[in-house]
Amino acid sequence: MEITEAILLTIATAATPLLIAALGELVVERSGVLNLGVEGMMVMGAVSGFAVTQLTGSPWIGMIAAIIVGALFSLLFGFLALTLVTNQVATGLALTLLGLGLSGMIGESFVGQAGIKLPSLHIPGLSGIPLVGRLLFGGDPIFYLSIALTAGVIWFLFKTRAGLTLRSVGDSHSSAHALGIKVIAIRYLAVMFGGACAGLAGAHLSLVYTPQWVENMTAGRGWIALALVVFSSWRPLRLVLGAYLFGAVGILQLHAQAMGFGIPSQLLSALPYLATVIVLVLISGNRRLTMMNTPASLGRPFVPDR
Amino acid sequence: MKKLIAGLASATLLMSMGAAFAQDKSKVCFLYVGSKTDGGWTQAHELGRTELEKALGDKIETQFVENVPEGPDAERALERFARSGCNLVFATSFGFMDPTVKIAAKFPDVKFEHATGYKAGPNLATYNSRFYEGRYIQGKIAGKMSAKGVAGYIASFPIPEVVQGINSFLLGAQSINPDFKLKVVWVNTWFDAGKEADAAKALIDQGVDILTQHTDSTGPMQVAEERGIKAFGQASDMIAAGPKSQLTAIVDTWGPYYIKRTQALLDGKWETTGSWDGLKDGILTMAAYTNMPDDVKALAMDTEAKLKSGELAPFTGPIMKQDGTEWLKAGEKADDGTLLGLNFYVKGVDDKLPQ
Amino acid sequence: MISLTLTKRPQHSSLFSALSPFIAFGITLVFGFLLFLFSGKDPFNGLYIYLVKPLAEVWSLHELAIKSGPLILIAVGLSVAYRSNNWNIGAEGQFVAGALLGSAIPIMFPTLTGWFVLPLMLILGMIGGAAFGAIPAFLKVRFQTNEILTALMLVYVIQLFLDWMVRGPWRNPEGSNFPETRAFNPSAVLPEFLPSSGRAHWGFIFAILAAIVIWFVLSKTKKGFEVKVLGASPRAGKFAGFSSSGMVYFAFLVSGACAGLAGISEVSGAIGKLQPVISPGYGFTAIIVAFLGRLNPLGIIAAGLVLGLTYLGGEAAQFDLGISDKLARVFQGVLLFLVLGCDTLINYSVKLSFGPRAASGKAA
Repeated sequence: MEITEAILLTIATAATPLLIAALGELVVERSGVLNLGVEGMMVMGAVSGFAVTQLTGSPWIGMIAAIIVGALFSLLFGFLALTLVTNQVATGLALTLLGLGLSGMIGESFVGQAGIKLPSLHIPGLSGIPLVGRLLFGGDPIFYLSIALTAGVIWFLFKTRAGLTLRSVGDSHSSAHALGIKVIAIRYLAVMFGGACAGLAGAHLSLVYTPQWVENMTAGRGWIALALVVFSSWRPLRLVLGAYLFGAVGILQLHAQAMGFGIPSQLLSALPYLATVIVLVLISGNRRLTMMNTPASLGRPFVPDR
Repeated sequence: MKKLIAGLASATLLMSMGAAFAQDKSKVCFLYVGSKTDGGWTQAHELGRTELEKALGDKIETQFVENVPEGPDAERALERFARSGCNLVFATSFGFMDPTVKIAAKFPDVKFEHATGYKAGPNLATYNSRFYEGRYIQGKIAGKMSAKGVAGYIASFPIPEVVQGINSFLLGAQSINPDFKLKVVWVNTWFDAGKEADAAKALIDQGVDILTQHTDSTGPMQVAEERGIKAFGQASDMIAAGPKSQLTAIVDTWGPYYIKRTQALLDGKWETTGSWDGLKDGILTMAAYTNMPDDVKALAMDTEAKLKSGELAPFTGPIMKQDGTEWLKAGEKADDGTLLGLNFYVKGVDDKLPQ
Repeated sequence: MISLTLTKRPQHSSLFSALSPFIAFGITLVFGFLLFLFSGKDPFNGLYIYLVKPLAEVWSLHELAIKSGPLILIAVGLSVAYRSNNWNIGAEGQFVAGALLGSAIPIMFPTLTGWFVLPLMLILGMIGGAAFGAIPAFLKVRFQTNEILTALMLVYVIQLFLDWMVRGPWRNPEGSNFPETRAFNPSAVLPEFLPSSGRAHWGFIFAILAAIVIWFVLSKTKKGFEVKVLGASPRAGKFAGFSSSGMVYFAFLVSGACAGLAGISEVSGAIGKLQPVISPGYGFTAIIVAFLGRLNPLGIIAAGLVLGLTYLGGEAAQFDLGISDKLARVFQGVLLFLVLGCDTLINYSVKLSFGPRAASGKAA
């Protein structure tokens, strides 16, 4: 019982940064923009969150700084891809390259410092409930934020007028434009939301997961987040499933090793990726479902003609 | 444009002057596989380089290139070293072996030293550290400190150096508690704080009450601190990440070796060697023994002293292999050749060695 | 309020098409100048070391060919995929797959010698890359699975497979158990093409040849027209009688084969054996090269050389000036942004205006 609870908690920690970064990218892609720079924005969030925490002594201020830096950094992508209509794939990749270099530079003087962890919640009675007590009532603040964000994104996308507008921009920017919707402005906001989420996800790494700064500490998690968005076929709830599935396979393979199963560790490490491919194939087999959710204008630039 | 050309011309002039100027001092160059602030492997070499500068800075200058991928990029960087007047080059990663061999053959007047490899030449020496001696001390401490008699080992890749460490740790622990068990998790990375931390959590959840790592980040140490269990640091002193957890750490101290070899170069006495130094040579040191009772600390210090004096060698029989067959007879010592190609576990490891 | 307005040019400007790389390069120079100035280095010397010195020495030109070769070869293949609207971002995996299959000959038959060994390896390399590229193509055609994701996921899978192979079945039996295969015998090593002056191998020649062939196919043949039509509009392509699923396979097989050839050339020509990591991200960097070259194979040659130069220059600046390698990477990122941004001028005229926007519609 105790070990199940511990495993659940570990999986939640592993899944949270993936979920948050992917939620942001989901909104970006729903608006018709493909930003492959998640890894770069995430690592910028991680370094700025850590740096500000060390300078101010408050991980809360650090977390907020990470969100702001993520959003600002995404503006660079926005300016190029939206205003100057550069190719989104290449611009996103360049953003990642820049983010990895810049974060290394900023973080150089913070390497090796012991970080400050964002305090976990603790509710004496409730946290003691077996199995799920610590998960539901004893987690870290960003874990709760990830749940709130999921609910918020679902509500926003499917229950509000603004969400409808955003989706219509993603589905057909020209008809949205014809209806008088400010396509570029909406896409800018979406891109910044994506940046903010990636920044927060980065902060989770440097303030909760492993409170420290090391170069390239995202270690490919931004790419996984991108993959999860497609895996979810742009549905937030399925995204939660994907992030937790991915986290679970990664954690359980470590447990399988610790229990002494003699399976090649490379095979176990490859499992999450293979699982993603397989599930993706299963989902896209249902053609109608996938087509329905794919933003039709994804990755296509828009220039208002006047 | 004219200005630019003028500037470039003056720059060229300056550079050629600089080159002429530099010939007075010997140049020692370092090739790093990681970032010089990685908090682990490369940082230890970088510390060695700064120590070297401190000791011999009036006679030599040092230069380095960091984050060099293993392969053609390393070969290019080494060629740059040789062409830029480096007299002595330290290539500090196993994967730099073949590039170093090639460039050393091409530039016979430049001395090369390659860390942890096995290919030498007339102007190519190899050097390595007996990290496993430190693991043995850790094992002794673990044997005393672990209530459950099970330790967790976060391992990077199944190369001989890591297998030596696992075996040595377990032999140390079994010398205290013959039933001691070891759980091993391979993370397939030298450096991913998140993944290493996940492995640490998995091991703790599986019931180990002491942790050791052969990966370079402080991720596992932080987890140990948070979960209130004891752990050993790796490559550098990790006490900042685990003030209440760290028992000791294996600290790579390359400085003395770099100073010794550079001095030999200056004296004209540099010769190719294959050195595999240990605790006694100061190439690895143990971080302060903390968070343990005095008797364990005394035992650890005594073990360290015996390893230094040569009274004790971790791989001394009787030792059984994992499958129960005999590896070393009573009193028999493993030779370095076997150790450098070690590819099996000793008895008591709860894992199948990836082949 | 300052605002930027883009107006699509009636046809793309050949003036800016030619000028834009120079504008970008000019701004990069200014940026680099400031960067060196602020980090306390002589900017003229810095720029010289970064951009000129690597081209001023013969050995360094060879190194440039070694570094740019795989980038160009992969990017040229990708240009076919991207022009036809097939988003293969898994070239890194196809690179590894090609290297693996091609290396099977010298590793499994270490004593095999003869003129046929190398051609066989190269062909197997192309087959390996193409076959691995065919997986996302098949999934896209058969199940409509998004190829960006599957291609990317498969990169991780094949990298781990390579890792397992060199630590397990293919490990050098005489290599003290270290994770690498035995060294290829001399007849399995791709020769240098100017051995007297440096170590650049035939991989670079393959890249240039591939660029020319694919340029010819894309611009002069019916297949090239098909790529263009299907890339612009799958529906129009259908009316013209082109098969869009055939094009998916074509795109992935060509780009996979190019990446595979790059992989086996790198392993055979530059490394000489297999090891756990054989590419410092060539497959991903090549995506940027492809776009910098505007998906034109000839432009890609130039782009690959420029990007290769920034690697060499970054290393030289690190060594000669003690400039952090992170700074070099930032410089690279900025260069990419500027080139991408300036290319906007080709298709759009940009107007910077001050004061309130005169645009129609609701106020911002």
